[in-house]
Amino acid sequence: MASTVLCTIVSAEEEIYSGQVEMVVATGTIGELGIYPGHTPLLTGVKPGPVRLRVEGGDEEIFFASGGYIEVQPGAVTILADTALRADDIDEAAAVAAQQKAEQEQGDQRSDIDFARVSADLQEQAAMLRTVRKLRERKG
Amino acid sequence: MPLNRPKPGSLESIMAGTKELRKQIGSIQNTQKITSAMEMVAASKMRKAQDRMSKGRPYSDRIRSVIGHVANASAEFQHSLMIEREVKRVGYIVVTTDKGLCGGLNINLLKAVVNDIKTFVEQNIEVDLCLIGNKGSQFFRSYGGNVVAAGSHVSESPAISDLIGSIKVMLDSFQDGNLDKIYLANNVFVNTMTQEPTIKQLVPLDPDEDVELKHRWDYIYEPEARQLIEGLITRFIEAQVYQAVVENGACEQAAKMIAMKSASDNAGEMIDELQLIMNNERQSAITQELSEIIGGAAAV
Repeated sequence: MASTVLCTIVSAEEEIYSGQVEMVVATGTIGELGIYPGHTPLLTGVKPGPVRLRVEGGDEEIFFASGGYIEVQPGAVTILADTALRADDIDEAAAVAAQQKAEQEQGDQRSDIDFARVSADLQEQAAMLRTVRKLRERKG
Repeated sequence: MPLNRPKPGSLESIMAGTKELRKQIGSIQNTQKITSAMEMVAASKMRKAQDRMSKGRPYSDRIRSVIGHVANASAEFQHSLMIEREVKRVGYIVVTTDKGLCGGLNINLLKAVVNDIKTFVEQNIEVDLCLIGNKGSQFFRSYGGNVVAAGSHVSESPAISDLIGSIKVMLDSFQDGNLDKIYLANNVFVNTMTQEPTIKQLVPLDPDEDVELKHRWDYIYEPEARQLIEGLITRFIEAQVYQAVVENGACEQAAKMIAMKSASDNAGEMIDELQLIMNNERQSAITQELSEIIGGAAAV
């Protein structure tokens, strides 16, 4: 069996990553997924969160995906993200500020706020921060 | 003939001729200035549009291949957008530009669409149209055709949200069973010189012709096939139409640039020709004047 799988991460705006990897770890709709080469075909949603790739040679790369879909074929993993970022590109300060704003809005009792949207925002920012922290831990 | 008109061949008439020529050259020069400015504007807009197009391409290509796999899988759940049925009425989403002055871009596309429509009409199949872009609306207003939705002002920096309305009309009537096939017609950007009118089938989804995947298989769906496939298909159609609009935008700017370049070149040629005629006339006027003076001197 092949020891690597072709992984492609695309967002609506651009292609973020494409290459052979040994393992993909992503956050699916019903939990974290670890995908090795030769995985059975799988289709699932993506929850906001980090996507870790172990590229050939053992190096790790971390990305952030905020919703979308994952298609797994035995020889290819395709992540169709709504938005995706390289973890290095995440602006931590901006993420913290956005999280605070979302929390504040959630606490706000006014009726003209779309709570579904706000809590989705909050989740996304929290996931973004998780990604940054994971990256830092590893570098640390 | 007015009395004060100079006799043909006389010095005054030649002077008047050169004056007129000079005026004409001036006006052509003004036009040339405009067309060359438009050429430069189109060139810079094209770069942006091309950028937008190439950034969107990976996503729309990938989602197309995923959808191809899904259509190929012997899925436990068959979405209504995946089922082929007998064709009685088809829909076209036609993407054209909002503005003209871009050569044969729109006409070529519309010709291809009209050809298709004719073959359907011959088979007694009715055709509904959804038009994105002013030029298409203008064309079908005079050509006739059952236009069910129209959108415009999207060619520069389109957003998916601007397009959803027109797409939804088509998809809803597909799901209600009014339409049995939907095609997407737009220009595809090959390179700056070539834009190709293409018509692709949007729904029902085309299974991918991948040989590896021919045996019976299905995905594991997490959490649920119906919800996943529905979301994915909606995303797919939006991405396809968005990509079509973006691509058409790049085509528009490229075609405009080429059209304006040839207009400027033609203006340059015309100016050269007129300049030559004017110089000839001026020279012959001088020659005539000289020979008259010489003739006069000889007579004295």
